[in-house]
Amino acid sequence: MIRIENINKRFKKLKALDNISASFEKGQVISLIGPNGSGKTTLIKSILGMVKPDSGKIYFNNEHINGGFSYRKDIGYMPQIGRYPDNMKVGQLFSMLKNIRNEPDENLDNELIREFNLCTIFEKPMRTLSGGTRQKVSAAIAFLFNPSVLILDEPTAGLDPLSSEILKEKIIREKGKGKLILITSHILSDLDELTTHVMYIQEGKIQFLKNIETLREDTGEIKLGKAIARIMKGEDPTGNFISEFLK
Amino acid sequence: MMKLPRYVLYDILRSKIIIAYTLFLFIVSLSMFQMEEDSSKAMLSLMNIILIVLPLVSLIFTTIHYYNSYEFIELMLSQPLSRKRILLSEFAGVALSLLSSFMIGVGIPVLLYSASETGFALLFTGASLTLVFTSIAFLASVISRDKAKGIGFALLLWFYFTLIYDGLVLLILFSFSDYPLEKFTLLLSALNPVDLGRIFIMLKMDVSALMGYTGALYKDFFGSGAGLLYTIGIMTLWIIIPLWIAVRKFNKKDL
Amino acid sequence: MKFIAIIIILAFSVSSFGNTITVGKDKSITSISKGVALAKNGDTVKVYPGFYREGRITVTKQITLIGINFPVIDGQKKFENLVVSGSNIKIMGFHFIDSKHSSSEDYSAINIIDATNIIIENNKITNAHFGIHIANSTFCTVKGNDIVGQAVSEQSAGNGIHIWKSSHAFITNNHIQGHRDGIYFEFVTDSEIRNNKSENNIRYGLHFMFSHNNYYAYNTFRKNGAGVAVMYTHHVRMEHNIFEQNWGTASYAILLKDITDSWIINNQFISNTIGIFMEGCNRIDVKKNIFSKNGWAMKVQANCVDNVITNNNFKSNTFDISTNGTMVSSSFEYNYWDKYEGYDLNKDGIGDITYHPVSMYSMIIEQNPNALILLRSFMVTLLDKAEKALPTLTPENLVDRKPKMKPFQL
Repeated sequence: MIRIENINKRFKKLKALDNISASFEKGQVISLIGPNGSGKTTLIKSILGMVKPDSGKIYFNNEHINGGFSYRKDIGYMPQIGRYPDNMKVGQLFSMLKNIRNEPDENLDNELIREFNLCTIFEKPMRTLSGGTRQKVSAAIAFLFNPSVLILDEPTAGLDPLSSEILKEKIIREKGKGKLILITSHILSDLDELTTHVMYIQEGKIQFLKNIETLREDTGEIKLGKAIARIMKGEDPTGNFISEFLK
Repeated sequence: MMKLPRYVLYDILRSKIIIAYTLFLFIVSLSMFQMEEDSSKAMLSLMNIILIVLPLVSLIFTTIHYYNSYEFIELMLSQPLSRKRILLSEFAGVALSLLSSFMIGVGIPVLLYSASETGFALLFTGASLTLVFTSIAFLASVISRDKAKGIGFALLLWFYFTLIYDGLVLLILFSFSDYPLEKFTLLLSALNPVDLGRIFIMLKMDVSALMGYTGALYKDFFGSGAGLLYTIGIMTLWIIIPLWIAVRKFNKKDL
Repeated sequence: MKFIAIIIILAFSVSSFGNTITVGKDKSITSISKGVALAKNGDTVKVYPGFYREGRITVTKQITLIGINFPVIDGQKKFENLVVSGSNIKIMGFHFIDSKHSSSEDYSAINIIDATNIIIENNKITNAHFGIHIANSTFCTVKGNDIVGQAVSEQSAGNGIHIWKSSHAFITNNHIQGHRDGIYFEFVTDSEIRNNKSENNIRYGLHFMFSHNNYYAYNTFRKNGAGVAVMYTHHVRMEHNIFEQNWGTASYAILLKDITDSWIINNQFISNTIGIFMEGCNRIDVKKNIFSKNGWAMKVQANCVDNVITNNNFKSNTFDISTNGTMVSSSFEYNYWDKYEGYDLNKDGIGDITYHPVSMYSMIIEQNPNALILLRSFMVTLLDKAEKALPTLTPENLVDRKPKMKPFQL
């Protein structure tokens, strides 16, 4: 579904993406994991066309995205920090997006709006919302147009446990529909129940991209968090740990 | 196609700054006509506002708006919309709101008190300069990454177009006063939209003086139909080119 | 009383008018020349409408020549239409067309030479080289004529009303256009030019040289190539005239060159490139004039002395005063300047601070005319403001110490 070939991106001196290649398929839930500043968000933004890679190609449904935009109708994106026009009310935000996308109502997925009970804050301007509420709005927007790919950047950060649970269940339901879901998160426990694959990025390089089952076998840990922690602790600067998993 | 600009416009109207600006222009224009019994003197003061305040406000307002709507732009970018369309919608929204401010704030008083050729020249120049400097401000904002830099850049541009440029022209005129520079100064004026607008108004306001000396040349040139087309053409270029570069830069930009 | 007056008038008219001779295409006398030849002093020759092609008609007797419904006297571009010499001659109601043109000789439609007490009234003159040419004559009245030329260039054209070496002329209610100079005076004294309209002439609307003690008033001079020139003359009175839209590189509402002891009062200068240009002028009173919408209201060259510029209104001029030197010995007082930004604390109608009518920028333009392109730019405004605060370049004695707060009313 999404294929990335030899992507490079440099921000001045920092090499954000270093020759990254990967391929994501339908029904997969990919957990993008890596330390802060490892290039996770840059990768996501590259897929979304917000960041323009210096070299390399990204294919969406076997089509080179090449600065195009229409492919984005199949992607729902939930940013790490949702920022919205201050003066706009929540309800207006939704109606504006619907208006711009011009999708018939029956195609819309309003589940999250309902479950987060967002209707009650439709009259509030965006600037008055708390961080967590904003996250709810962001999530609802990401799922609204029933996209076949979901890209969620730190989806549960700032959400209360209840909302976090609602969102996780929603993700699982969408996964069940055979959608491709890309998640970055620092809260690894959240990912346990969702993930099918783990992609570990460090200093702009893919350290590995593995099936979760394989990963568990390799590390002997059931919990994703512990598995990753072992990798991070055991790592050499040269990245010898890879051999441990790839043998 | 007008959906996006409508939201931009709506957002601008909500901020109320534009309404304050409209009121400011309206009150200032009205009080000028009220204070001076001679409308030509009021027109002179209005001309100064159009040539100095208008570019400044257009530049600063646009720059601030651009950075304030960064979130909106980001949100739109995650939607299936082209970057070109997003930026042009922003431009359309800002330009439209500044333009209507000007047309209401200055246009109505001028039409009420002095619907003369000079009046129309003033309105034409004001409208053109609003669009030109909105376009230039978009370029400045797209180029510079943070707000402070963007506003600083916009101020610098304003300073350049309204003051420094003319200083340089005067310097050139005096350094090469032994040469026939009439045609050259004509060219120089085209390279600065503020000067071009000023000369356009002057041709109506100071026609007597312009007929003297080399002024007759400007009068002959700008006063003719070809001169009018030329003025409109250059102004249009000044609107399109910065905007076009801004779109190109925006297309390549990481957000 | 009335009766007696009528008797007197009748008696007078009978004695002075004498016989009437009629000329017409269907009358016994068909040519004007013949009619004139048959007339005796005091007779009237009445000419009926028609086309008269008789070469040059000469009138030397004391007669009145009257055209009825504008009979046309055609010069066929080969002749002067009419030559008048002598005294007590009156020519009225004719239409003179196509007089002889020449670039070396002063041919004219009506040529008055060595004459006195001549009246030229209500004639039309079209496409003449010179319209009315008066030389060496006294007490000539030119009244109500409409003189329209088709001048193309200064060299080939003649003047509308040209007077040379004469005195006591009275030029009134004429309309002159399309000539080289509308009205031309050279060595003419004690004359009056009143209520004429002179416009669209190639060079000057009115041109004066060596013509002393003249008076011109209530005239309108519009759109003439170079406005009005008054030169090498003393004791001229110019009052209630209107000068407007005299535009051009060297165009002045009035060019004053070497004029002394003269008066410019109650005139209006509107939309001229330069209102008054003064060079070598002494003791001129410029009083109660309105200067409005001119490029330069006045240019006073440094060689002008003891002129008094007072009680004028300066409004909406691009520049009020400009000069070429730093010393100015003419006085400016009690004028109204619309650019004045002072205040009047004691409410006596006179501004409390001095007004400097010469802007720094006008000095710059004197040096570098191309800099006109920067007129009204922000930079120029700043320069002018700085100069006003701390005068360094502008002449410090060219000031109005008593500027009026309000314009005078006509």
